[in-house]
Amino acid sequence: MAGQATAFTATAQQSPGLPGLAALGFNRAQSIAFLLLLGLLLVGPFVLYPVFLMKLLCFALFACAFNLLIGYVGLLSFGHAMFFGMGGYVTAHAAKVWGLTPELAILAGGAVGAVLGVVAGWIAIRRQGIYFAMITLALAQMIFFVCLQAPFTGGEDGIQSVPRGALLGVFSLAQDMSLYWVVAAVFLAGFLLINRIIHSPFGQVLTAIRENEPRAISLGYRVDDYKLMAFTLSATLAGIAGGTKALVFGIATLTDVYWAMSGEVVLMTLVGGLGTVFGPVLGAAVIVSMQNYLAEFGAWVTVIQGCIFVACVLAFRAGIAGQLGRWLRVRL
Amino acid sequence: MDAILETQGLSKQFLGFTAVGDVSLSVRRGSIHGLIGPNGAGKTTCFNLLTKFLPPTSGTIRFNGRDITRMKPAEVARLGLVRSFQISAVFPHLTVLENVRVALQRQRGGSFDFWRSDSVLRRFDARARDLLEDVGLTAFAQRAAGELPYGRKRALEIATTLALEPTMMLLDEPTAGMTAEDVDRIVTLVKRVAEGRTVLMVEHNLKVVEGLCDTITVLTRGRILAEGPYAEVSRNPEVIAAYLGTDPSITGAAAHG
Repeated sequence: MAGQATAFTATAQQSPGLPGLAALGFNRAQSIAFLLLLGLLLVGPFVLYPVFLMKLLCFALFACAFNLLIGYVGLLSFGHAMFFGMGGYVTAHAAKVWGLTPELAILAGGAVGAVLGVVAGWIAIRRQGIYFAMITLALAQMIFFVCLQAPFTGGEDGIQSVPRGALLGVFSLAQDMSLYWVVAAVFLAGFLLINRIIHSPFGQVLTAIRENEPRAISLGYRVDDYKLMAFTLSATLAGIAGGTKALVFGIATLTDVYWAMSGEVVLMTLVGGLGTVFGPVLGAAVIVSMQNYLAEFGAWVTVIQGCIFVACVLAFRAGIAGQLGRWLRVRL
Repeated sequence: MDAILETQGLSKQFLGFTAVGDVSLSVRRGSIHGLIGPNGAGKTTCFNLLTKFLPPTSGTIRFNGRDITRMKPAEVARLGLVRSFQISAVFPHLTVLENVRVALQRQRGGSFDFWRSDSVLRRFDARARDLLEDVGLTAFAQRAAGELPYGRKRALEIATTLALEPTMMLLDEPTAGMTAEDVDRIVTLVKRVAEGRTVLMVEHNLKVVEGLCDTITVLTRGRILAEGPYAEVSRNPEVIAAYLGTDPSITGAAAHG
């Protein structure tokens, strides 16, 4: 995939990580960045509006899930909105109609992401490059149509006034602050899981496939099975992110299954830094902040986003984290 | 003759053009077999057919007595028939050590355990270092494979292939584009690693072929022109004629294109 190689810094030598964090697969720079992230997660809600932060974290998880595919397998999916949006609908439905507790409702969103991921992945991984992207886009459009027509999604209205419920049926999440900690925990768990996937025996094979697929085949790896597994994991996490977002806003709508959402997650990942651990989080932060704080400019937000995207691609193709990593000579 | 790899009437057509036609090849177990021929003779196509990277139009391929004609490339690799590539095939952003380790990792069977730390792969480090030492890459173990000079990349590729303990190695032009000194190193290496295995190699450099191969097969226009020991084949008037068009110095030492 064009330009993807630029995101990986040439230095293969890993500096040893901080004790404890090295076990998570972080190098020294990543350990520091991770501690910084933890600090921000803890302090954030006391400084910034919690709902804004929760939105940011949902998108950050979504972008991280997407990055698992593009950054570590080299697969550009242009239909990830189907997992995100469908996850949102199912979580909303589970919480509102079935009366499930929030953690189960979110898991239901992840489950539907997984099922959709297996099916969509099974069809899409037979093709490569632009064809892969087009198949995922086509499948996502089909899901969009289903969401528009199916009775349970509420069509144009979406599913509204979804109850936040009580965690494990005990702790009420009605307060933004209580929900924030749940969302932060979901994000952190997803983020660490992705990091583990990257630094697992499975992740090692994924990297080999990204780097040289014919060679991986010639070593006896059934690459399609690995791609499908990665695709499914990514879709599951995207479903969880979408489900969490539906709980935060108490609403699941067509916006989240629309193709523009698939484009947005590509944008976040590219701006942040493809194939970097922290890039997608930064990218999501930039894009979500822009949408929130520039909202008064109305339609101009898209224009500004477009300019930033062009600037990114022209000036620092490795994204924010990738470029930062280059300057500091570390891998982020 | 104890043949490890045998093809019968192997053909490949691209839109009616016969790239490989009716090739019946037989590689003796334990030998180093060379596949040579002028440009466009169908050597690489033949090679891709044998490793299943291309499906044949007709004909059969048997490896170790098993029909592998309809198998997928990854399955063939698992049977112990492992190929190299014409352009050096390394994983550029992995370290040299990791490159070999990815191959050793195949011993675990499938690696779908995404929840486990990759520190479980450290048990392959020692074996990987041994293999690197074999090909003289110990000093580069922690460098990114993409940083290696070309000749070293080829050596790494051979180490990676060896990590699979293949019964038979297929080498696609192992010395292509190399400096003379790199060529010597690879020749020594191939000779050494061929102990106890079978090697089939496509090679342009006739000096290399002469020095290494027990048997050679000459292809022209997708068909077998001659087969036998180098000394015999190089005197074959048909072979000389086939080569004359592109390079008159078949008896000389020069590589030809």
